[in-house]
Amino acid sequence: MELLLNLTIYLPLLGVLAILALRNDAMIRWIALAVTSATFALSVPLMLNFNAAGSDVAQFVTESGSLIGGLDIKYIVGLDGLSLLLFMLTTFMGPIVVLSAWESVKKHLAGFYSMLLILQTGSLGVFASLDMVVFYIFFELTLIPMYFLIGIWGGSGRIEATIKFFLYTLVGSLIMLVALLYLGFHAGDAINSGVFTSDWRLISGPEYQIGLVEQTYMFLAFALAFCIKVPLFPFHTWLPYAHTEAPTAGSVVLAAIMLKMGTYGLIRFALPIFPNAVIAFAPYMAALAVIGIIYGALVAMVQKDVKKLVAYSSVSHLGFVVLGIFALNTTAVQGAIIQNINHGLSTGALFLIVGMIYDRRHTRMISEFGGLAGIMPVFAVMFLIATLSSIGLPGLNGFVGEFLILMGAFNSDVLDNIWFGVFATTGVILAAVYMLWMFQRVMFGPVTKDENKNLKDLNAREIGLLIPVMVFIVWIGIYPSYFTGFSEVQVEKILDQSMEKASIIQINSQSADLPEWAGKLYDVTPEMASTID
Amino acid sequence: MELLNDINLYLPATVIAIAGLVVMMLSAFRASHSTVLWTSVSFTAVALARAVADLGTETQLVFHDMAAVGGMAAFGTVIILLGTIFTLLLSKDYFEKVGEYHSEVYAIILFATVGMIVLATATNLVTVFLGLETMSIALYVLAGVNKTDKRSIEAALKYFLLGAFSTGFFLYGIALLYGAAGSTSLEAIGAVTDKGLFYWAGAALLLTGFFFKISAVPFHMWTPDVYQGSPTPITGYMATAAKTAGFFSLIFILSRALGTSVDQWSEVIKVIAVLTMVFGNIIALVQTNVKRMLAYSSIAHAGYVLVGLAAGTEAGYTAVQFYLFAYTIMNIGAFGVIAYYERYKGLDLTELDNFAGLGFKQPMMAVMLSIFLFSLVGIPPLLGFAGKYLVFAAAVQANLISLAVIGVLTSAAAAYYYLRVMVYMYMRDAHTEFELPAVGLTYSLVIGFLAVLTVALGVMPWTVADLLAAF
Repeated sequence: MELLLNLTIYLPLLGVLAILALRNDAMIRWIALAVTSATFALSVPLMLNFNAAGSDVAQFVTESGSLIGGLDIKYIVGLDGLSLLLFMLTTFMGPIVVLSAWESVKKHLAGFYSMLLILQTGSLGVFASLDMVVFYIFFELTLIPMYFLIGIWGGSGRIEATIKFFLYTLVGSLIMLVALLYLGFHAGDAINSGVFTSDWRLISGPEYQIGLVEQTYMFLAFALAFCIKVPLFPFHTWLPYAHTEAPTAGSVVLAAIMLKMGTYGLIRFALPIFPNAVIAFAPYMAALAVIGIIYGALVAMVQKDVKKLVAYSSVSHLGFVVLGIFALNTTAVQGAIIQNINHGLSTGALFLIVGMIYDRRHTRMISEFGGLAGIMPVFAVMFLIATLSSIGLPGLNGFVGEFLILMGAFNSDVLDNIWFGVFATTGVILAAVYMLWMFQRVMFGPVTKDENKNLKDLNAREIGLLIPVMVFIVWIGIYPSYFTGFSEVQVEKILDQSMEKASIIQINSQSADLPEWAGKLYDVTPEMASTID
Repeated sequence: MELLNDINLYLPATVIAIAGLVVMMLSAFRASHSTVLWTSVSFTAVALARAVADLGTETQLVFHDMAAVGGMAAFGTVIILLGTIFTLLLSKDYFEKVGEYHSEVYAIILFATVGMIVLATATNLVTVFLGLETMSIALYVLAGVNKTDKRSIEAALKYFLLGAFSTGFFLYGIALLYGAAGSTSLEAIGAVTDKGLFYWAGAALLLTGFFFKISAVPFHMWTPDVYQGSPTPITGYMATAAKTAGFFSLIFILSRALGTSVDQWSEVIKVIAVLTMVFGNIIALVQTNVKRMLAYSSIAHAGYVLVGLAAGTEAGYTAVQFYLFAYTIMNIGAFGVIAYYERYKGLDLTELDNFAGLGFKQPMMAVMLSIFLFSLVGIPPLLGFAGKYLVFAAAVQANLISLAVIGVLTSAAAAYYYLRVMVYMYMRDAHTEFELPAVGLTYSLVIGFLAVLTVALGVMPWTVADLLAAF
């Protein structure tokens, strides 16, 4: 199984070699499809053999010896409850993304599919790596292909969008790199006999405790990197540009997978390693998340461009995920994890659908459409399911995540304020407003434009690539416990462990060294940490 | 006998010196360009093989403690010889098709290399000076080798004047340190306990001389014009091998001669490092000529190297050596691709504007350039990232966190100007249709090899780093 995991991660790279070796335009798409399908096929046994009852321990682990003399950096990959579903989502979206570009990408095919495949390996590596330096390497590796995907195959404003995307993410992650280095040396001194270590399993473990001062700065550095990636309000400004200008395949990968690296990073690194800082900053992060939910929804409401609307709805939806993470109880964090997947599926589907209509009409303006439901009935059904899933209709996947998150937020001891939940709930209502209003303007009413009268309904390829997404949208909606079950044990354990750590550190450390502004934050935490289950 | 033994130990430099003389003779007999090139390359390869073999040996001193061989000195020699061999290989097409060809160019490159090796291995201020001057005088000539190009002549003159000026500082520093220690040996200077005015003034002047040579801000003024005006392969050579030699010598001097006053000079180097990173990168942001942009970027990279030196620890010195190795590989590659573009005469293909659409005209070269540029940005898993990682790790370990933060922020800013090259190459449409000339087999192989090294050693940095850690 260890071999299988590595094969899954690196198979797309072999696909790149095949594409570059053949350089035959007719074959390239088929190679890409074959490789991504094979990657997905290889990953399925991983999910089936995953031991959910022991999800807190990484499984299928490959671990090398120390790679660089003097620094204990190891190549460690494995899957646990936090990463399994995202890993599967990534392999699952692979063939879908390739199919979505089948007819719409016409220039530089070799480059396009190579970039998609490199991105696939990078994303899989991000979710599978358990060494923080290796994580960082994969995390940054994903920037290069996305930079080219947006920049070469994007829309008219692509250059500005892609540079903005690249620089924003790079600034965040470079600052995280410094914090990561500091953490590695600090952890090395504390638990690895003085040798730099970046093994997540060691660092996140209960033996390793960090003083409040270091926690504050390192948490802020890590949080900055991940909040830019998510993106959390007010770091979201790169996202609408990147999403709107990216080609369909790029938008789908960006929404379904790359944004998840941010929320995933918060759960994996911030929660277990900096528990005191997480508790102290939780209300502020949750407040930003709630602002993001409402702001994203309000801005989405006034968009004239469907793709931009979906992009802003992403800001809003990811606000829910961040709120769930910082509500810091099992319900909410579980909700955040499943909402990661839901958002990937539903927003991914929406971007695919927007891409399909753009391929036909070469416009995405809402005002250019109207009455499409009568002309394209199959399209209408698909679009409706994706829309309802995005809104969070009970019975579909979106509801499960949002419900858990909101329930967790209302019950949160750390946030201890129902207004977070109340305001976040208005986001659900607003989502219904902007999504349904958009749907109505595009799909219903009289057909006002002549160009729309002869639009062809979805072809077999388009239906084929949407159906699997729809299956999971319904499956997760009806039977969520199968999916939430993968992470339950680990989430409980991580929360317990970090709360315990938080109370120990609070008692041990002198907060006198803290800067004044940060000292105030920690005033409340000791009682709180001990009361949280 | 001892002399012969020492010469044997110091073989790389000796071989290169002989090679220089042989090439001079060949030119006198009007040997063909290929003969001259391959003679130079073979001699350099022999020297390189010997230097690589020396990597595993313990550091020892030769010629009555005037120079070191083995260990770190051997690694410096390896980097310089790698830089030389790639420069030689890339020069042929450039000088044939773009510049003027004089076979003496190869001899001068080889003599410069001798100077660099001496500089990088010197353990006595006299040999440091000897190496420095041998290298510099050869480089002044190389900068001006395109005799009909005004920029090239300007570069040579500017380089000569400012180089001579900085040599003054350097020599004054040596004299004062001699006054303080009574010896020019680095060990003797390191043993000085009574640090008076002579000692401090001497150290300050010596460091100033070095800052000129490694183009640290505010002593960098000569760099952009010289790098832009010089023939492109030579620019790559100056930016990599010459800088490597300077930095290796600086490491020897800082660790051996000034090791006891690490607290003082590390403060100075911190300030210089910040200035160099910030100014180098900010000025590079507004450049519209790729060669000039790379010149400023080379200033900025000197800043990152200085961060490693400022740490003043073993880890810092190791990181610096790795960084110089990485920088040599990727930067010679980048200049090599630019040199290839210069073969096209219809447009000035060092101007960023003319890069529009270039990426699809000659895809392989453009992909290589992208690899080198991403590596210069420091994106994993490329070689440049490993270098930056080790340097910043050393800085963080030495508790220079603010320095590391400034370092990463400036490298994020730097990403903008490297990315802009790719924006033009891939994301803008060409103004005019034109065909780039063919690349040529040797040239493609060399550039391809450098790109493969950039990727492979970036994925497996420990192959080099472990070697360094053993010194």
